[in-house]
Amino acid sequence: MLTFLVRRLASAAVVLLASTFTFFILVSYAVDPLEELRYSTQINKEQLMEARIRLLDLDTPPVLRYFHWLRGVLGYLWGDGSLGASWRTNRQTTELLSGAIGVTLRLVAAAALLAMILGITVGIASALRQYSGFDYSITFMSFLLYSLPTFWVAVLLKQWGAIGFNDFLRDPTIGLWGLIGIAVVAGLIWSALVGGPKRRRLTTLAIAGGVTGLTLWFMSATGWFLKPSLGPVLIAITGVAIAFGATSLSTGLRNRRALYSALTVAALGVALWYPLQFVFPYATAWLILGLFALSLLAAAVIGWAYGGPDRRQSVRTAALTAIGVSLLVFADRVMQVWGIYSDYAEGRPIATLGAATPGLNGDFWVDTLDQYTHLVLPTTALLLISFAGYTRYSRGSLLEVLNQDYIRTARAKGLTERTVIMRHAFRNALIPLATVIPLDIAAILSGAVITETIFGWTGMGNLFITSLRGSDPNPIMGFFLVTGSLAVLANIVADLVYAGLDPRIRVNA
Amino acid sequence: MTLQPTPLTPPTEDTTESLENAIELKEVEGLSQGQIVFRRFVRHRGAMIAALVLLLVILLATTSIGVGPFHGWWQWDHIRKHDIAIPGGRPTLVISLTHGIQLGDFPFGQDTIGRDIFARVMRGTQRSLTVMLIIGALATTIGIMIGAASGFFRGRIDTLLMRFTDMVITIPIIVIGAVLGKLIGGGNAILLGVALGLVTWTTMARLVRGDFLSLREREFVDAARVAGASNSRIMFKHMLPNAIGVIIVNTTLLMASAILLETALSYLGFGVKPPDVSLGQLINEYQSAFATRPWLFWWPGLFIVLIALCVNFIGDGLRDAFDPRQQRRIPNQRKTRQR
Repeated sequence: MLTFLVRRLASAAVVLLASTFTFFILVSYAVDPLEELRYSTQINKEQLMEARIRLLDLDTPPVLRYFHWLRGVLGYLWGDGSLGASWRTNRQTTELLSGAIGVTLRLVAAAALLAMILGITVGIASALRQYSGFDYSITFMSFLLYSLPTFWVAVLLKQWGAIGFNDFLRDPTIGLWGLIGIAVVAGLIWSALVGGPKRRRLTTLAIAGGVTGLTLWFMSATGWFLKPSLGPVLIAITGVAIAFGATSLSTGLRNRRALYSALTVAALGVALWYPLQFVFPYATAWLILGLFALSLLAAAVIGWAYGGPDRRQSVRTAALTAIGVSLLVFADRVMQVWGIYSDYAEGRPIATLGAATPGLNGDFWVDTLDQYTHLVLPTTALLLISFAGYTRYSRGSLLEVLNQDYIRTARAKGLTERTVIMRHAFRNALIPLATVIPLDIAAILSGAVITETIFGWTGMGNLFITSLRGSDPNPIMGFFLVTGSLAVLANIVADLVYAGLDPRIRVNA
Repeated sequence: MTLQPTPLTPPTEDTTESLENAIELKEVEGLSQGQIVFRRFVRHRGAMIAALVLLLVILLATTSIGVGPFHGWWQWDHIRKHDIAIPGGRPTLVISLTHGIQLGDFPFGQDTIGRDIFARVMRGTQRSLTVMLIIGALATTIGIMIGAASGFFRGRIDTLLMRFTDMVITIPIIVIGAVLGKLIGGGNAILLGVALGLVTWTTMARLVRGDFLSLREREFVDAARVAGASNSRIMFKHMLPNAIGVIIVNTTLLMASAILLETALSYLGFGVKPPDVSLGQLINEYQSAFATRPWLFWWPGLFIVLIALCVNFIGDGLRDAFDPRQQRRIPNQRKTRQR
């Protein structure tokens, strides 16, 4: 294991060395920092050129300049490293990079997480309903998403997602035909998802369509879109639903101890809603994280207290419920400042540019909401792209697993369908996915070039594009050093994860 | 897994059985691998529709404004400016039940300085398709060469070539594309395609290598070697045809991502540049006009999606057609569905 790791790291270092060299040479020929000075009409043109040549060491051939740059990078090993400075902004590359990485992480984290959860869920559902109308629609949709150019989608999202939704908020009522249309579509999706014989499909369609239509009508009639809130009643109803859902997925409703511990957690969450309202005004990011950790701990204790032969199941179910309920309470508090924020944004809350409203001096909750309204559009754009990939992967991988002999064995033993799917099939289907995820994260960290450019986020992609446009070689190389190392590391992590999860794979090469 | 000569009709239970009997009774000619694949592909409805649509798009793009010295049947070109026909440059295309389809002078509309959008979109489609084809051909060739050499010779050559592949993979494709696009100065679609083809072959190389690693252990390779075939003959005459399924499927998928890559680069300004036109560059040029003249934005985007979607579907159909497990899976599907 250790030799494997050492060997992989060594070869990764060599690969990284070669690719930085190639990239450095390419960049130094592609980029001409003197370009604009050549056409300038300033009197001291010669002097300026001379100064810049000296600054960037342009008289030395690129190959030698690479070794100079490499010396700077390796210097970090003993503490006097340097990645050079940007000649345009006169700022150190490290400084630029650390700012950009933070922005990109904020942008990408939510999108990657959501894409994984949604993509895997939909892919699994689609595989379980193989060759059904639902499966075909999902397949078609993922092909469509594969074929959509990012920049096109992003501009469309700006037009409809932001400008359209903001216009809608001016008079937030949904017309009768809109209501019927949305209700019918929702009903169709649910009936295709639940499946079964024709009669069951029709009842699902009626119930799901009716519930959706009524909810939307209620929201539209009471002006919910202008003053959204959940309130304790809605949190209680949703919390109980979450408890039942989490139990049925994690242990099955037959396991009464797990169900009761989940329900207790939900009840505790609702009971704490009122006292928490007095704590929330003093919120900071750490306080919220602490409360979240505390809720998980409480859930674990509750699950443990219910006891029984397999306590871990109750703990797991309670923890899942706790995540859901605390998210609800959090969302409720964020929604409470919607009115204030919307007034501040002059009734156009969904933002199209940048990562935050400049000069917004709100409390923690207004700032959080401000971040979310800025995140919505770019996250959706990124989500649409990676969602398709995850759906295809998880569908294919689950189908592959379902064809295995041990699934037949599990069924033959008389296990319930839930146990077969969730415990035997789903876990094994996740193994190949676990190897895709690190690669995908590494790619998305550097690949959000277009999304960042369109939505005006000053992240890694934007740093690269502006530096390339502005013929600024040092930030480009800094960007590449980070993304290249990430890609190489992600490859190694993927191999290790695979070896850790799948006992058939051994790392001794 | 053995390939059974099951009939290639839709698998309804009774017809399958009667056909099977009929085939057993009749003296039938065996089908070659190519014929089997072709028949399966034709049966894939989505892929056939996609192939048809793609063919129509190619025909429309090439015949309408013509290629090189040949003039097409369309009256305008992508550079000339005209007087605005309808105020605002609205499209003259009318599709209604009473009047049928009327093209008018500027079916896709005009831009702010009066250029014909139809001709521009057609020109852009030609350019984007050219880049896509060049990338596909070049990346496939390089990928096959490197993958075949790596998988066939193994050992030191394999290590060297695969580390080289790793090195190319480290660089995000849009990043290297942008740098290359800037390096070659842009504007030249053919050069752009060549440059991008030089960096997009990695997946192909890895897949071909994997296939060759397992193929070289097979008996027919030993047989060929005993018969005195040279290395290159074994590689390209004996082994390559056995890996053709993987290669064709991956080529189509590669081309689907190639058109998206080219349009994205042109959108960012590192690909095809004005006065020449590509679909991505058109969207870049017109994106600010979306609120006032949406047709400037709709048409090029529509053609990108159409082409990429068709190529993706063809790739899917080819994958199903080449997949030997398909035959087992199709009869199974009815049983698993009923549960």
